[in-house]
Amino acid sequence: MAAYAERVLDALGDATRRRVFERLRRGARSVGEIAEGVDVSRPAVSQHLKVLKGARLVVDRSEGTRRLYAVDPKGLDALRSWLDGFWEKALTAFKEAAEREAAEERKPARRKP
Amino acid sequence: MTTEQPTVGIDANSLRKVVRVKVPPAVAWRIFTEKMGTWWPLATHKIGKAKAVDAVIEPHVGGRWYERGDDGSTCDWGRVLVWEPHSRLVLSWEISADWHHDPDLKTEVEVRFIAEGRDGTRVELEHRHLDRYGARRDEMRGIFDSEGGWSGLLESFAGAAAA
Repeated sequence: MAAYAERVLDALGDATRRRVFERLRRGARSVGEIAEGVDVSRPAVSQHLKVLKGARLVVDRSEGTRRLYAVDPKGLDALRSWLDGFWEKALTAFKEAAEREAAEERKPARRKP
Repeated sequence: MTTEQPTVGIDANSLRKVVRVKVPPAVAWRIFTEKMGTWWPLATHKIGKAKAVDAVIEPHVGGRWYERGDDGSTCDWGRVLVWEPHSRLVLSWEISADWHHDPDLKTEVEVRFIAEGRDGTRVELEHRHLDRYGARRDEMRGIFDSEGGWSGLLESFAGAAAA
C-alpha cells in the first residue's frame, strides 16, 4: 500500500482525530475553537492537528496572532488516484472488448466442421 | 498504457481519461452500453453480496445503471442522465468511496464518443463532482481497507504511476 494512503488511514483511524477533522468542515478554526467543540485539551488538539497535517489532510496559516487550521483541498488526491486507477483498468478492458468484437464481425462467417 | 490524460480542462474536482479504440463510434457505443458486462471488472467492482454476472445500462434517460447477481438480484449504481446514441452518455454514479450505493451522493460520469481517423473512436471519460466525496472523507478508509481487488487495484495503480 502506498505510504501516503497509510498515513491518511492512520490519521483518520482515531475517533478523536476524526472529530477534530470534522470541526474544520465548515471553515478554518483556531486550536481553541476546535478544542471547545470536541471537549479535548488544547495540547491534545494540537497533537492531533500535527498528525492530520502530516497526512496532508489539514493545512495551517497565520492570521495576525492566530494560527488557523483548515481542510486541505488537495486531500482529495488519494480519492482521485484511486478512481484514476479504476477507470484506467475499466477503459483498457473496454478497448480490448470493443476491438475483439470488431475483429469477430470482420471475419467471414465460417461453418463449423 | 493505453489511456492518456487530455491536455485541457484541468479541474481538481473532476477526473478525465481518454482511450482510443480501433472501431467506429457506433461499435464503441454499443460495446460500452449494451455489453458493459463483458468488459467491466465485475469480479472486484460490484456492490451486491451475490456474484455479479452482468452490468446493465437501460437505454433511455432515467434508465437504471445496475449490476445483476447470479441469484437474479440487482444493485443500483446510478441513472442515465443523458442518452445520445453513438455520441454522448452521462450517468450518475451514486457509489460511495466504500463501494456502497448511496442515492444522495451524486457524482457524474460523462462519456463522449468522437470519430477519429478511419474507423476509429476517441472515447473521453470525465468523472466529475468529486468534491462531493469530501464531506464523506471518513469513508476513504474503505477504499484502502477493503479486500483483494481494491488493494490490488491501488497497488497496480501505484506500480503504473511509478513506472
